[in-house]
Amino acid sequence: MPFLEETYDIAVVGAGHAGCEAALACARLGLETVLFTVSVDSIALMPCNPNIGGSSKGHLVKEIDALGGEMGKNIDRTFIQSKMLNKSKGPAVHSLRAQADKQEYSKRMRMTLENTEHLTIRQAEVSELITERSVIKGVRTYSGALYHCQCVVLATGTYLNARCIYGDVSNATGPNGLQAATHLTDSLKSLGIEMYRFKTGTPARVDKKSIDFSKMEEQFGDETIVPFSFTTDPDSIQKEQVSCWLTYTNEKTHQIIRDNLDRSPLFSGMIEGTGPRYCPSIEDKVVKFADKDRHQVFIEPEGLYTNEMYLGGMSSSLPEDVQYAMYRTVAGLENVKIVRNAYAIEYDCINPNQLKPTLEFKKIQGLYSGGQFNGSSGYEEAAAQGLVAGINAAMHVLGREELVLDRSQAYIGVLIDDLVTKETHEPYRMMTSRAEYRLILRQDNADLRLTEIGYRIGLIEEERYQKLLYKKEAIQNEINRLEHTTIGGTKEVNHVLQEHGSTPLKSGITLAELIRRPELCYEDLKEIDEKRPGLSKDVQEQVNIEIKYEGYIKRQMSQVEQFKKMEKKKLAFDFDYSKVPSLRIEAVQKLNQIKPASIGQASRISGVSPADISVLLVYLERERRG
Amino acid sequence: METGTSTIAAIATAMNPSGISIIRISGPKAWEIVNEIFCSPGGKKNLLAQKSHTIHYGIIRDGEELIDEVLVMLMKAPRTFTAEDTVEINCHGGVLVTQKVLETVLKHGAVPAAPGEFTKRAFLNGRMDLSEAEAVIDVIHAKNNFALKASMNQLKGAVTEKIKGFRDKILDAIAFIEAALDDPEHISVEGYAEELNEQLEPMKKEMQRLIRRSENGKILSEGIRTVIVGKPNAGKSSLLNVLTGQERAIVTDIAGTTRDVLEEQVRIGDIGFSIVDTAGIRKTEDIVEKIGVKKAKEEAREADLILYVVDSSVPLDENDREIMSFIQGKRAVVLLNKSDLVSCVGIDELRQAGVTQPILSISARMEEGMEELEQVLKNMFLEGDISFNDEVLITNIRHRQCLEEAQKSLCMVQQSIQDGMPEDFYTIDLMQAYTQLGYILGEEVEEDLVNRIFEKFCMGK
Repeated sequence: MPFLEETYDIAVVGAGHAGCEAALACARLGLETVLFTVSVDSIALMPCNPNIGGSSKGHLVKEIDALGGEMGKNIDRTFIQSKMLNKSKGPAVHSLRAQADKQEYSKRMRMTLENTEHLTIRQAEVSELITERSVIKGVRTYSGALYHCQCVVLATGTYLNARCIYGDVSNATGPNGLQAATHLTDSLKSLGIEMYRFKTGTPARVDKKSIDFSKMEEQFGDETIVPFSFTTDPDSIQKEQVSCWLTYTNEKTHQIIRDNLDRSPLFSGMIEGTGPRYCPSIEDKVVKFADKDRHQVFIEPEGLYTNEMYLGGMSSSLPEDVQYAMYRTVAGLENVKIVRNAYAIEYDCINPNQLKPTLEFKKIQGLYSGGQFNGSSGYEEAAAQGLVAGINAAMHVLGREELVLDRSQAYIGVLIDDLVTKETHEPYRMMTSRAEYRLILRQDNADLRLTEIGYRIGLIEEERYQKLLYKKEAIQNEINRLEHTTIGGTKEVNHVLQEHGSTPLKSGITLAELIRRPELCYEDLKEIDEKRPGLSKDVQEQVNIEIKYEGYIKRQMSQVEQFKKMEKKKLAFDFDYSKVPSLRIEAVQKLNQIKPASIGQASRISGVSPADISVLLVYLERERRG
Repeated sequence: METGTSTIAAIATAMNPSGISIIRISGPKAWEIVNEIFCSPGGKKNLLAQKSHTIHYGIIRDGEELIDEVLVMLMKAPRTFTAEDTVEINCHGGVLVTQKVLETVLKHGAVPAAPGEFTKRAFLNGRMDLSEAEAVIDVIHAKNNFALKASMNQLKGAVTEKIKGFRDKILDAIAFIEAALDDPEHISVEGYAEELNEQLEPMKKEMQRLIRRSENGKILSEGIRTVIVGKPNAGKSSLLNVLTGQERAIVTDIAGTTRDVLEEQVRIGDIGFSIVDTAGIRKTEDIVEKIGVKKAKEEAREADLILYVVDSSVPLDENDREIMSFIQGKRAVVLLNKSDLVSCVGIDELRQAGVTQPILSISARMEEGMEELEQVLKNMFLEGDISFNDEVLITNIRHRQCLEEAQKSLCMVQQSIQDGMPEDFYTIDLMQAYTQLGYILGEEVEEDLVNRIFEKFCMGK
C-alpha cells in the first residue's frame, strides 16, 4: 500500500516544553527538523501551574537562556506577575518566578516555532521507532507515514498511555482531555527499553467571579521586575501586574477529606503510578501531616484572557462532589464554582538510567529523549533536558562533540547527572539542595557560566558573545581596582562607615576589605570611592558578590577542582565490569546496569563504595598500560 | 580518593612492642612537614637543603614537647616506593610513641592514608609492574575490609549512638533550612539563626569531649580484642578485676550477675589488650541474661583472643562442652580457675575433651598464676600468634580527624550566624559536618537530605 514518505535530519516527538526547545535548537543549527504533536493547539501547553521559575527552577530557565534556548525570552514577553524569591537570603538562592498568561505563552512559542527556518510542524501521533541494528533510522506515524531521519528526540511528556483519574472516573486521555499517545510504548518496549509508570496531579480551576477575595491576602509582584533572559532589556518589561491571593484550608476541609478517603483512587489502589513527594495532593498532605491544622492555598490567575483561577496547593483526585465540598470550606471559596475538576494523571516514562549524560540511549544510537518522558517533572526541568537533547542530536548529525554539562557548571548538569545516575522512584524535581556547588551556580551568573558554551555550539550570536566578553572584563577590572585601592580613616570615610553601622577605620584598608564586612556592600561605598567608574547594574552586582563571598566561593572552587579530576577519567559504555577482579558483586551489578561515563559518575552510583572506585582506578591504569 | 595532591601518612610497620616503627609520609609536602617537626642535635639543620636518599639523626617535637629520638630518611621523587616525595621516620617503637609521632605529622598537614593508599599510589605512579596490579587490588580490598570492620567493631556502642544523634540533629537543621529555601512561601526560617546557634553549642561541647576521650584512646578499643568467656560464676569478673586492678565488674557468688558486656583497656607488659567480660554462657530462661549470652557469643566470634575461664571446683557440664566446641580452632587460653579450692577438673580431662590451646591453673581471687598468664600472652604475641593491626590505630586517628573537622564546621556555622550571613550559608558547613560524621559510621550521604525534607516538611504546590 502506498504511503507518505519524507526525509529529515531530525524528528522531535512532542511539542511541550522539552520538544519545543529541542526542535528550535536543531532547526537553528541549520538541520531540517520535523516536530510531531498530537495537537498543534497544545504546543507549549502549561497543563498544571501557571508559572515559570521558582526556587532552583528559575536557575534552570536562566541557564537555558544563556545556552541559547527560548523559555526565558518567551516568559519575559508573556508574564503577568514577577517575583524574586528568597531575596533576603544569599545570592545563590535568589530565584525568579513569573506568573504566565498561559494562552499567550503557548501562542508566542507556537509563533516562534512556526517562523523558524528548517522547522516543520506536523500534527500526527508517532507510533513506531524504526531502527536498524540498534541505530535509529526514522519514525512511523499512526497513519502509516514514514519519516526517515538520523536522530530522534523523544519528548512525549505525560501523554504515553495517559490516564486521568478523579474518584471512580478514569479517562484514557492526556492532560486537559487531550488525546493520549497509545502506541509508542509498545514500540519502545520491543526495542528493550525499560518503562516506568509515574503519576502526578493538578488542582481544580475555578471561576474568578465566584471567589470572595476580601477573605484572602493579596500577593503582589515585585516593584522592579527582573527579566529571565539576559537579552531582555529590563526597562522594556516593567508593567502593571496581576495579583495572586493566599488563603488556607481548615479543620473542616480536612474532615471532609478524611471522611472520603475511601473514595480516593490513590488510597483505593486504582492508581498504581508513583507520585512525587514534593507536590502531594491535598489528601496526601492531610494524611501525612495530620498534625497541621491548616495548609496554604494560593489562588493564581491562569491568564488575562480568562476568569479561570488555579488553586495552588490543593491538587486532588477525589470525586467531583467531594472536591466541591472541600473547596467550599476554604475562606473565600464558600460559593466557588469549578470550571475544570482536579485530577491525577498516570503515564508511561522511562528509567532514565538507560541514558548517557548526553541524553542519548546507550542501547540505541541516535535516539535521544528529554522531559517528563525521562522521569522528571516541571516545565523548566523539561525545557532544560529538551534543549540538551536537541543540541546533542544536532551535534550527532553534524559529527561534532556533544554537550555534557557537569555538576559544577550548571543546575542542568546536576539535573541530568541525577537522572542518569541515581535510582528514580518518583518524578524528579530540581531542588536547590541537590546542587553541591550552588554558590558558584547562581542565577545571576548563568550568562558568565554558559554563554560561551552556547556560542561555541552555535546558538548564541556573535554580538551577544562580544557583550559577554566585555562584561567579564569589566567585572575583573573592577575587582582588581577594589582589591588595590586603599583608603584611610578620614573624617568623611568614617562618617559613611558609621552611617552603615560599621566600625570606623584607624589605619588604611582596601575597598575590597570593606565590602567583605557583613554590614557593607559595594553600593554603600559609592560616596567614599572617588575613582569609581560608571558600571552597569549587573556588573556591579557581580563585583559585589564575588568580593563579598570570596571566602566561600574559593572553598567551593577548590572542591570543584577535586571533583573535575574524577569527571575527566572516562569510562567506556561497553565496558564489562564483571571482568574487574575484586569488585564487589553489588558494585559490578550497579556499574553494569548504569555504565557510567566517568569515574566521577561511577562514584555517585548508590552501592559503589570508595574502595570499589580505588579498585577501578587501578584496573583502568593496568588497561591503559597493557 | 584523589591521587598525588594530598600528602598522606601512616605507620608502615606492624604495631608491636619490640623493635623499631617506621612512619611513612608521601606526597608533595612530605619533606616540608617533617622539616617543621624535626630538630637536629645542633638545632639548625634544614632538611629541605639535604640530599635525597640520606638519613638524619634528631628529635621529633611538637612545639615545645619532645616526642622521640628518631632517624629520618629523606627520599625525593621519583625514586621512592610511591614515586612521590617521601620521608620515613624511624622511631623507637612502642604503640604510644609511634602513635604520637604520627599524630604530630598529621597535625602539620598530612592526612591519614586511606586503606592501601601507598600501594595504590605506587601503582598509579608507575612504580609497580603490570603483573602486580591484581595484587594491588587485593591489598586495597583486604585493607579496606579490615578498616571497615575495625571502624564498625571498634567504635564503642555509646559513641556510635552519640554520633548518630549529632547527625540526626544536624540533618534536621539542614532539612529545615533547605525546605524553606526551596519553598519560601510555605516555610519560613525567620529567627531560626538564634535557635540553631543554641542547638550547636551543646553539640560542639559533646564533640569536644569525644575528641578528648579519643586522645586517650577511649573511643576505640585499641588493643588485641580479647574476650573472657565461661559459664556463670566461673570467675570471669574476678579475672577482669585482677587484670585491671580495680573493682569494675560486680562480683558476687550468685551465678549470672554480669549481665552487660563490660570492656576494659589493659596493658600487660607492653601489649595493649581490650578485654571484654561477658555474661556467662549457659542455657538461661532469664530474658535479660539471654541477651547478654547472645552478645557474649557475638563478642567471642569477633575477638582476636579468647580467655576461657573454667570453674575447676565443679565438674564440667554441658555449658562447658558448648564453650569448648565454640572455641575450637580459635586463638584462646584456657584458665582453670579456683585453684585455691578443691579441684575436680584437671588439665588431662580438658585435653581429652578436645582442648588444644594452652591451659593454665590460676586463682583469680587469690591473684595466683597471673605471671604465668602474662608470660603466655607475651609469647603468643611475639611469636605472631596474635597481633595488633595498624589499621586499628589509624582508624582511631581517622575518626578523630573526622570529629575535629565536624566540630570545626559547626564553629564555622556559628561564625556565619555571628557575621549575619544569610541562612543558605549555614547549610554548607552543616553538610560538611554531617558528611564527616558519616565517615565515622561508614555511612554515605546519598539521598538522606531530600528524604528528610519530604519526611518532615509539607512541600509544594
